[in-house]
Amino acid sequence: MRRNRAENEASHAKLTRRAALLGGAQLLFMGGLAARMRYLQVDQADQFRLLAEENRINIRLIPPTRGEIFDRNGVRLAENVPSYRIVMVREDAGDVDEVMARLSQIIEIDLETFERALVEIKRSAPFLPVTIIDDVSWDEVSKVSVNAPALPGVTPEVGLTRVYPRGSDFAHVVGRVGRVSQKDLDALENPDQVLRIPRFQIGKLNVEARAEDLLRGTAGTKQVEVNATGRVMRELDRREGQSGADLQLTVDSKLQGYVQARLSGESAAVVIVDCDTGDLAAIASAPSYDPNLFIGGISSADYDPLLESKYRPLVNKTVQGAYPPGSTFKMITAMAALEEGLIGPDDTVYCPGHLEVADRKFHCWKRAGHGWVDLGDSLKESCDVYYYDLALKVGIEKISAMANRFGLGIRHELALSSVNSGLMATKEWKRNARGSDWVIGDTVNSSIGQGFMLASPLQLAVMTARLATGRDVTPRLIKSVDGIEQPLAGGSPLNMNENNLRKMRNAMYDVVNDRRGTAYRSRIIADGMRMAGKTGTSQVRNITAAERARGVTKNADLPWERRDHALFVGFAPYDKPRYAVSVLVEHGGGGSTAAAPIARDVMLQALAGGEPPLEAYPTADRARIKVQQEQLRDVQPQAAIDGKDQA
Amino acid sequence: MSYLEYTVKSVPTGFRKILHLNWPLALLLASVCGVGFLMLYSVAGGSFTPWAEPQMKRFALGLAVMFFVAMVPIWLWRNLSGLGYAVSLLLLVAVALVGDARKGSQRWLDLGFVDLQPSELMKITLVMFLAAYYDWLPAKKVSRPLWVLLPVVIIMAPTALVLEQPDLGTSILLLAAGGGLMFLAGVHWAYFAAVGASGIGLITAVFASRGTGWQLLNDYQYRRIDTFLDPAADPLGAGYHITQSKIALGSGGWTGRGFMQGTQSRLNFLPEKHTDFIFTTLAEEFGFVGAFSLLGLYALIIIFCVVTAIRNKDRFSSLLTLGIALNFFLFFAVNMSMVMGMAPVVGVPLPLVSYGGSAMLVLMLAFGLVQSAHVHRPR
Repeated sequence: MRRNRAENEASHAKLTRRAALLGGAQLLFMGGLAARMRYLQVDQADQFRLLAEENRINIRLIPPTRGEIFDRNGVRLAENVPSYRIVMVREDAGDVDEVMARLSQIIEIDLETFERALVEIKRSAPFLPVTIIDDVSWDEVSKVSVNAPALPGVTPEVGLTRVYPRGSDFAHVVGRVGRVSQKDLDALENPDQVLRIPRFQIGKLNVEARAEDLLRGTAGTKQVEVNATGRVMRELDRREGQSGADLQLTVDSKLQGYVQARLSGESAAVVIVDCDTGDLAAIASAPSYDPNLFIGGISSADYDPLLESKYRPLVNKTVQGAYPPGSTFKMITAMAALEEGLIGPDDTVYCPGHLEVADRKFHCWKRAGHGWVDLGDSLKESCDVYYYDLALKVGIEKISAMANRFGLGIRHELALSSVNSGLMATKEWKRNARGSDWVIGDTVNSSIGQGFMLASPLQLAVMTARLATGRDVTPRLIKSVDGIEQPLAGGSPLNMNENNLRKMRNAMYDVVNDRRGTAYRSRIIADGMRMAGKTGTSQVRNITAAERARGVTKNADLPWERRDHALFVGFAPYDKPRYAVSVLVEHGGGGSTAAAPIARDVMLQALAGGEPPLEAYPTADRARIKVQQEQLRDVQPQAAIDGKDQA
Repeated sequence: MSYLEYTVKSVPTGFRKILHLNWPLALLLASVCGVGFLMLYSVAGGSFTPWAEPQMKRFALGLAVMFFVAMVPIWLWRNLSGLGYAVSLLLLVAVALVGDARKGSQRWLDLGFVDLQPSELMKITLVMFLAAYYDWLPAKKVSRPLWVLLPVVIIMAPTALVLEQPDLGTSILLLAAGGGLMFLAGVHWAYFAAVGASGIGLITAVFASRGTGWQLLNDYQYRRIDTFLDPAADPLGAGYHITQSKIALGSGGWTGRGFMQGTQSRLNFLPEKHTDFIFTTLAEEFGFVGAFSLLGLYALIIIFCVVTAIRNKDRFSSLLTLGIALNFFLFFAVNMSMVMGMAPVVGVPLPLVSYGGSAMLVLMLAFGLVQSAHVHRPR
């Protein structure tokens, strides 16, 4: 087809115009693109760079190593030991079912664990290691390592787990750790992020729990570059955390081990406190249990007996238990009267075997009565009527106030769980708590540590130490933190008349060393180790008038849980007090028969710094004690005797 | 004009044609492809596999195709344009019937030795066919309704087929390129005004139809539009691509983080980092300077094409060159707008830079046509 030239020229001119127009529009649009580029890359660059960093950088926590716990001599009480687990990374494993099948042929995996691991592996991100089985032995780790070529993606991993080498000896002191529970997190106002690390362990009980902040340490962090699916590409920065502080306790593991062994078979508690410093040399509650069972979850087969036992092994009787102090309280009543100047030490009271107050008969433990008794006699023979009389003169308020000064009815701050403050009753307390008025009979009962009065073995030991020294000895459990000695609390004079205190100590000496004393059979005859003390027997039941008429039933004839609690408090050496001790045997019967012998044994052990010489015991007892010492040597774990683990 | 009217003698013959190629244009194309290799090497984490090396091979093949196409006289191509259009259309129909579905859409045809995306081919053949049509059509008939309707049908047939795949991006490109060519050919303003008005009407209809029984677009297309309008509304879901893309781009700053130092694209925060979103990697690693330079290269390619088109007295050659340039422009303009958050994510690659065989070969073929038009221009 032909076209004329003019037409051609015209259409080409139009084409050129439109081409220029369209080209111009395109360039204009490109200008817009450039402007947008400039806006994003120059004007907004800082903001986007910030967003980019947030995108790719992920902070991971490195769990800190928990501080270890030592006894006063550097023996390990809680340590971290490597534990092994088998993990699998799905993307490395390839055929997960096949690899799992092979793994189960190499090491033993129970069906439940197997199924759970399989589900977890398939649910997790392919590059994340999933724990197949926990707490495997070194043997099994070796088997897995040897078979590594057949087990792609399967590797053993090492972690740290808490172990208590002293087992049950320190369950009631050191306590235990466990997995962080939701309850633990809820209890904290601002939980440390490190607690959210899977498998992280937190202190659950006693020192482990109360000193959690010291022991835990601070988590390290590593900055890692991650991609959009969360896979770690490389590590950018690493900041090491700080391990938890190592704690040293005041307790002597050797003594503690002996005490626990001595108490075996009883439901009892012993506290030995250093009179100079307030350091707790032993704080034992029996029966105990092995805290290692709880690490990683306790089975109900192990747990149920602990829960159901009438001896209540899970309860720390030294601080949690509150018992009527019984006759061990008589020193307080006496001191209240002496300090008030209401009696002189030589004033006597006639004990006919009972005292009638407000038409009610209050009996002395000795039906026939003690006759005329002074302060010394009354304590030595534990005459009740003498103290009924004192209490009526002094009044309950003064007695309770005096008890508080000796550390009763007061919560001693220790790094232990559930420290009980006991109870020293006052009129106001009874009105508030019971809604009834104080009656004179309450005062009479309180004077011999019955009625409403409650004290823990720890408080009784502190009371005894204060009596022995005249200073406000304050218990201490944590000796040093990371090698830094912790300050001693208390130790200042009680500001009591030294003559009165000496009178009490002399009376307590007679309790143990006078032929007529209630604890005479538990005396120590070695010079420089002689003990002073006081027995106590606290009733857990009311003795009816009818029973009293036909004769009080003997403890041995009663069912265990209705027998009296046996108590003893003492200190030694008498003239230069070094240790104060309190012994409580739940439903043990009489303090002189059940508690005082234990007190003598543990006191001698403490003073001798090991097995005491038989010469310290009265000749008649030596044969029996020799047998007992041999038996106890077998019961105690070997390590506790020779202290081979000393650091 | 038929080829008989050329002063054939003045057109170079044989190997002398090589000397008369538009060498600056070829050099520009190679530069852009070079940028592509660099970026593909970077997003693979400093490796020629899996993208940079195949892309280089395709470029070599594309270069050969371009030279071959350039050697063939432009009038021969004009005479083949009808056939080309028909074949492309048939292939689109074939894709609709037996095509390979990838990522939820049916775009590919497995020819045994190569996976072909017929919609890519259609971008060129449509422009060729329309250029031939307007070359054939006397200038005075251009704006007559019947002669306007015909090219509209020519454009709408492939557009509808591509939209059906569904490939919103390519269908928009086809529509825009076709419309652009009609505009260049001199169709009256009034038609474009009418189309513009009805376009607004259509958009209104598209939105009004949402959620009703006669919904005009797929749900995913609506979501993309939503995402475009407000990417912040769903930063981890639908808006993720755009948000991440802008973060990568913006964090480049003036001079970028340096070659292979881009964190966002290499760490997979970006989707399709080697195809549709490769521009963000460039912008992140080389900053505003790098991104602007690439835009400059593209602009130069457009300018060279427009200039050679205007100088060319042959109507078919002019229209074809301008059409191809327009197509090329639409490619990168849509892609860049998309990654910079100025347009919906429609799935258009960055021409000559994004990884992809079909697009590369078709573009090189198209520039071969431009070269042919340049070499065989009437003198």
